[in-house]
Amino acid sequence: MSPDLIPIDYATLRVLWWAILGVLLIGFGVLGGSDLGVGTLLPFVARHDAERRVAINAIGPTWEGNQVWFVLGGGAAFAAWPQVYAASISVFYSVMLVLVLALILRPVGFEYRNKVSHRRWRALWDWCLFTGGAVPSFLFGVAFGNLLQGIPFRLDETMRLSYEGSVLGLLNPFALMCGLVSVSMLVMHGGMFLVMKTEGAVRERARTAVRWSSCVLIMLFGFGGVCVFFWIKGYVITGAIDPGGPSDPLAKAVTRSLGAWYTNYAEHGWLLVAPGLGFAGAILGFAAATFRIGMIGLWCTGLSVAGVIATAGISMFPFILPSRAHPQSSLTVWDASSSPLTLFMMLAAVVILLPLVLIYTGWVIRLMRGKVSPNYVRDNADVLY
Amino acid sequence: MIDFDVVALSRLQFGLTAMYHFLFVPLTIGLSVIMAIMESVYVMTGRTVWRDMTKFWGKLFGINFAMGVATGITMEFQFGTNWAYYSHYVGDVFGVPLAIEGLMAFFLESTFIGVFFFGWDRLSRRKHLAVTWLLAIGANLSALWILIANAWMQNPVGAKFSYETMRMELTSLWEVFFNPVAQAKFVHTVSASYVTGATFVLSISAYYLLRKRHRGFARRSMVVAASFGLASALSVAVLGDESGYALTDHQKMKLAAIEAMWETEKAPAAFTVFGWPDEKTQTTKWAVRVPYALGIIATRSLNTELPGIKDLVKTAEGRVRNGILALKALRKLRKNKKDAEARRVFETHGKHLGYALLLRRHIADPVKANEDQIKLAARDTVPSVLPLFWTFRIMVGIGLFLILLFAWAFIETTRQRFGGRIFRWVALLSLPLPWVAAELGWFVAEHGRQPWVIEGLLPTFMGASNVPLANVILSLTAFILFYSALLAVDIFLMVKYIRRGPPGPKPDQRLLAGPPEPQRTEPPARQPMPAQQPLPNE
Repeated sequence: MSPDLIPIDYATLRVLWWAILGVLLIGFGVLGGSDLGVGTLLPFVARHDAERRVAINAIGPTWEGNQVWFVLGGGAAFAAWPQVYAASISVFYSVMLVLVLALILRPVGFEYRNKVSHRRWRALWDWCLFTGGAVPSFLFGVAFGNLLQGIPFRLDETMRLSYEGSVLGLLNPFALMCGLVSVSMLVMHGGMFLVMKTEGAVRERARTAVRWSSCVLIMLFGFGGVCVFFWIKGYVITGAIDPGGPSDPLAKAVTRSLGAWYTNYAEHGWLLVAPGLGFAGAILGFAAATFRIGMIGLWCTGLSVAGVIATAGISMFPFILPSRAHPQSSLTVWDASSSPLTLFMMLAAVVILLPLVLIYTGWVIRLMRGKVSPNYVRDNADVLY
Repeated sequence: MIDFDVVALSRLQFGLTAMYHFLFVPLTIGLSVIMAIMESVYVMTGRTVWRDMTKFWGKLFGINFAMGVATGITMEFQFGTNWAYYSHYVGDVFGVPLAIEGLMAFFLESTFIGVFFFGWDRLSRRKHLAVTWLLAIGANLSALWILIANAWMQNPVGAKFSYETMRMELTSLWEVFFNPVAQAKFVHTVSASYVTGATFVLSISAYYLLRKRHRGFARRSMVVAASFGLASALSVAVLGDESGYALTDHQKMKLAAIEAMWETEKAPAAFTVFGWPDEKTQTTKWAVRVPYALGIIATRSLNTELPGIKDLVKTAEGRVRNGILALKALRKLRKNKKDAEARRVFETHGKHLGYALLLRRHIADPVKANEDQIKLAARDTVPSVLPLFWTFRIMVGIGLFLILLFAWAFIETTRQRFGGRIFRWVALLSLPLPWVAAELGWFVAEHGRQPWVIEGLLPTFMGASNVPLANVILSLTAFILFYSALLAVDIFLMVKYIRRGPPGPKPDQRLLAGPPEPQRTEPPARQPMPAQQPLPNE
């Protein structure tokens, strides 16, 4: 297919792919995020084996599919934003290593935990499931915290990356704070999931967790906004950039300035819906937990997750991966994407396949609906996780 | 600039983690189809033993699947962590099949695996069967897309280098999807996976028969494994991956290296069954050769000539020179995009740009290379012959042995004997063979591709990230420790659940229950399986 035949112009394709990447991240945050939250809460809301199996089996049938949102996010970034994929993952080399090792504790943790009934064996896998939930939750936030500040990389003439700075630089106070935003957000969302899916003691403890974590989220998310306003410099493209030009990041000029991450909100007020949802969803989540409203509460916390992720993305637009070491190397929507043909073909694939995914995911969630009780776990002990 | 220690360790890490991942993948692919076949029989006949079989093999499938997922996640992100320049250079093309794999296959597989395990009571028989088939289809589609991606590394069609973005860009998705190498690879790899699944079922069934346990269950499983395994083993051989090797120059180089074919031979070339390739003298000692065989296998014809290693190196030398011209033109174009002369040169020689990059191993700036360095770079296009020669032959030997094994199993099951002690022992001891063959096969495919990461376009050492050596040492160590621990757990659980066997009354309970009564829940006339002595645990 010749590039002239593509019916959508390059700039629009790029914005669409920026949005799709956002949708995939939000999809993972909302669906996979509750699983991570349940993992993080596991030792706290479920005190003995019967309770732990209730909590684990609440997410048991769906966590595997939910995780694919993350895997697909990686694949989509690779295909649509190759340099973003290459730079973000190699800059965070050791962080990625820890993240991936923590994530792979989950498939084995879920599958192997019930295979031996020894107490220590189960405690080991409980610990793995906790790590597999808490560590990724935290590190996703840390990654966003670093994105907002810019990352220490530069590109040479052949588009080869080099890095400055260290792991400790990635673990700076603002990034750690963003890590806590992420943990509290996913704990709130996962807790809400347990409020909906369980009963009795587990549910009561999950309720408490939702109430606390939603308060922490509201405070830290607000404080994050304050930090970005007063201390964290944003990035601005100076001079001309062709949104439909070839992807050559070095063709532009970039400066840093305080408050730049607020420009999009100042120019388009309606975008404030995103942070608004982040706050409102958390407040409603608090209320829903108080009044024990499971399903609606989960929608509220889900919207809060979506709002928080969208807030970060929108603040930085058109930047995706700003570079602190060499601002000119920053990767933006206009100069880091794949070719128009790739973006268009992949868009077609997404338009056809993603609705199908949503349909069968919805079918599975509906099929597996209903509360998970200790009796249910006991009666199906051999089959369940 | 390029740290060759980082490159070497990154390669080691990718190779180890990929081979480790592929311990679990073929069993997932093969067993998923076998489970779907068993459940189909259950739905068609209504006999509960087939449901129990599906559930039992499903349990082992689940233990294996968890490891497959765990090790697969790390693969996806290793392209970014360790091969950042590769990711930038080819993400526009290579990323597409990977993303579609997630969208079309991994989602399907991962969403329905939960329903497969937990949905037995929530779904009608037919609906659950549909779920099992969707799971199997997901696993197979997943292989398709990953192999399309891998085949593009071997035969990069449908893409062109862009001097504006300094990377490969897609020109035809169609060509990438219908890459002939991808088709050969898919059929070969998936058939090999079916053989792995069938061998697994066959060996464990043989074990139960040897121990005189779960006999009805084991016999039925063996029938499925024998017929499915025989068909798959034949298809692995007939549709061998080698058919794709005659296509492009480096594929020809791989073929020549596998065959230790130093000189170009008259068509049809002879096949060297055994021998000892000596890379220094570029000869093969003690060669045992079958006339005409290679020409026929590799080109499917009698008159297509296959070039030898020495001639291929000469061709490569010319390309290195062309590549230098292309590199010079590219630099001019980067400075001035309107330089018409440079553009013309680049359009003529641009396809050999990668050959100039090979010089980076010998000189920092390839443009300044002298004659010796050009010769060295051309010599680099030869992968190491000896390991390829032997790994390929061991793989083929195992493949042929497995055809015989499944033929034997097929005869035994159709004659309703299920083998004597010798057959059962042979079947049991053959358990590791398909894994050995699969790992060696990947070694042949990927080591044979060296020095390229994308054949003819990008040398492997260019693809690596610029990360500190300490990082790679750390991650390699972590992977080895982590993976070894997980593998130990995986094997422990597999053995535990195989020993436990499918659910059913224990032998002592059988004694308490009195003499066994023939089960008559199903009419005997419909018994599809030759269960001559019905056992109570059926």
